[in-house]
Amino acid sequence: MWEYAPAPEARETARLRSSYGMFIDGEFSESSAESLKTVNPATEEVLAEVAVAAPADVDRAVAAARTAYERTWGPMPGAERAKYLFRIARLVQERSRELAVLESLDNGKPIRESRDVDVPLAAAHFFYHAGWADKLAYAVPGRPDPTPLGVAGQVIPWNFPLLMAAWKLAPALAAGNTCVLKPAETTPLTALVLAEICQQADLPPGVVNVLPGAGETGAAVVGHPGVDKVAFTGSTEVGRQIQRTLAGTGRRLTLELGGKAANVVLEDAPMDQAVEGIVNGIFFNQGHVCCAGSRLLVQESVYDDLLGRLKRRLATLRLGDPLDKNTDIGAINSAGQLARIRELSASGDAEGAQRWSPPCPLPDRGFWFPPTLFTGVSQAHRIAREEIFGPVLSVLTFRTPAEAVEKANNTPYGLSAGVWTEKGSRVLWLAQRLRAGVVWANTFNRFDPAAPFGGYKESGFGREGGRHGLEAYLDA
Amino acid sequence: MTTHAAAPGLGTYADVVRDNAALRQFLHGLPGVDQVGAEGRAAALATRSIKKDAKIWALETAIRMVDLTTLEGADTHGKVRNLAAKARRPDPADPGCPAVAAVCVYPDLVSTAVEALAGSGVGVAAVATAFPSGRASRSVKLADVAEAVAAGATEIDMVIDRGAFLSGRYLDVYDEIAAVRQVTGRAHLKVILETGELATLDNTRRASWLALLAGGDFIKTSTGKVSPAATPPVALVMLEAVRDYADATGEPRGVKLAGGIRTSKEAVRYLVLVNEVAGERWLTPELFRFGASSLLNDLLMQRAKERTGVYTGPDYVTVD
Repeated sequence: MWEYAPAPEARETARLRSSYGMFIDGEFSESSAESLKTVNPATEEVLAEVAVAAPADVDRAVAAARTAYERTWGPMPGAERAKYLFRIARLVQERSRELAVLESLDNGKPIRESRDVDVPLAAAHFFYHAGWADKLAYAVPGRPDPTPLGVAGQVIPWNFPLLMAAWKLAPALAAGNTCVLKPAETTPLTALVLAEICQQADLPPGVVNVLPGAGETGAAVVGHPGVDKVAFTGSTEVGRQIQRTLAGTGRRLTLELGGKAANVVLEDAPMDQAVEGIVNGIFFNQGHVCCAGSRLLVQESVYDDLLGRLKRRLATLRLGDPLDKNTDIGAINSAGQLARIRELSASGDAEGAQRWSPPCPLPDRGFWFPPTLFTGVSQAHRIAREEIFGPVLSVLTFRTPAEAVEKANNTPYGLSAGVWTEKGSRVLWLAQRLRAGVVWANTFNRFDPAAPFGGYKESGFGREGGRHGLEAYLDA
Repeated sequence: MTTHAAAPGLGTYADVVRDNAALRQFLHGLPGVDQVGAEGRAAALATRSIKKDAKIWALETAIRMVDLTTLEGADTHGKVRNLAAKARRPDPADPGCPAVAAVCVYPDLVSTAVEALAGSGVGVAAVATAFPSGRASRSVKLADVAEAVAAGATEIDMVIDRGAFLSGRYLDVYDEIAAVRQVTGRAHLKVILETGELATLDNTRRASWLALLAGGDFIKTSTGKVSPAATPPVALVMLEAVRDYADATGEPRGVKLAGGIRTSKEAVRYLVLVNEVAGERWLTPELFRFGASSLLNDLLMQRAKERTGVYTGPDYVTVD
């Protein structure tokens, strides 16, 4: 028996402080009202106290962003803005270990992912958009002179705290907007370190403001009359509320919401890689991924073979301490999310699907859920229709490609989909018919700053990344 | 004319070697390998961090898996005797250090190796079948094998006919392996695919299955004379092949990686691949080998460092 010895990343690397202020007009300040405690979901210990932004703080931040937009950032030549963005990108790289460890502490995701995915991609987004800052005349075809929108109010989720901050800030800043960013209640820390990095990069005061808080703070940001553009990533339910708030105001809005992606495996798929893609699709980041491949659609002729391979592979997943470099599955981000995963999984049992998990001891403290798959799932089951946002895979079958398309599209969501086949023409045939913003062929959960990302139907509208993402921050 | 015979235990696969068309259909019917995905999986497993006890275990296991190799035109009896001494006691300063699995030499030096290793439990492997190109007639190849076996080789490392494989004459390749199998007697047969010449991972998978069907005890990546030799994606695909073959037949077969593996770090990464792709069952010299020469000294230095806490350096391990 070869047991890998524990290989934990040093916690001190995170340079965790006992309290964090909010970042307004280039300075950190204490809360005028209350504070929140952010918790390590792997241990339930309190990591730090974080200032909560009250409505008065939101006013201050929006005013600072307005001033910066009108006096410094808006009029600044693109080539100058680019220098700041390049500087931020390099600082993210320089402080990558600190950011990765802090992200894993605050979010619960394995260090392997924060180190190899979240932080490098966050830096890549700043690099990519830095390059656009002085080339905006070429960003939108036929619009040689686009202008920024003004102040952007941005609300981001807890699943990729730093990466989502980068997705929101980088294009907005490159286009010449200023930002008021609200990180998620349970994961505010890396966004605040990113604010510190903005300070370190000498970004002019007010260009980026970071306001921690819960739903009320978010509502105050998106509903603020001084905000010209709202960008939200999160649940479909909150997305609807925001759309109602903004209806008729003329303010711009992009929404990136939930998903229930189909991962379609055809009989001629590269099976071993498909198994990896399925695992990566649903167990990456504990399934806390809006574009997660949560519905596996398998062609019946290869169902037994694929399921056997998949189960064997799940048995090798290593669940535990997020800071251990060999951990594959970390902690569920919060007690609330864990309760939701449990409730939906219980509905799977109750509605007649068969639950399976590999032998997987869970730590005594913290929020944990084992990698789980349900077989015998039908389109009617809640676990096939509702977003679980956890490490739970629903397995369904189909007989023909046409049936796969029909089942894959039979959802109110439309964010992403995956296709596995060695036949190129079949990839294209399916990709044309799958109603999803992103279709991955023979891969899954692959991101690049140059590739637009976003959904339709109840998964939202607007794109992030690439030229399409830039357009959302330009008046063109 | 059918000269081939189904290898014993072929069972459900007996039919696929009926003729070249059937064999081709079977090999091309194996699931494809997506190269990007395979490389990604191998790279992800390379990030495993193996420390402390897990590392010591890996280093000692890797030492026990080494086929200590010399395959040069300049090889002499003296060189082989030195190598054999090193194989018996890799670290003269530490009697607790395990011996390697085998010594691997050209056929004409087998008898020297056999003599030098008598009673040690270390095997003698001979590269035969007109190694490394395999470009000789069938009768010459079989004679090459027969002489090595007669001289006392316990393991035969044969090369497949890559030309025949690449031109689609799969049954010729199969027949040749099966014919060698007939001559090896009790000696273990390792079948060298020379994956660097097969070029694609799809071909690696097909050649692996072909060699397993024909009765190879081991499938081996390379001769060490062609670059690229063993790479993590190639190892991944070959490990998947023996895993799937064992699933289908109940028979575990081995994998040998050869060529270009020089550091302990690489060796430990390969053991992680073995562990997580084929399974723990393969973490034994009976089912997994490294064909290497300079790797052994790095394993010894790293082992000493883990045990004593200090690096010694190349002057503190024997050159052969």
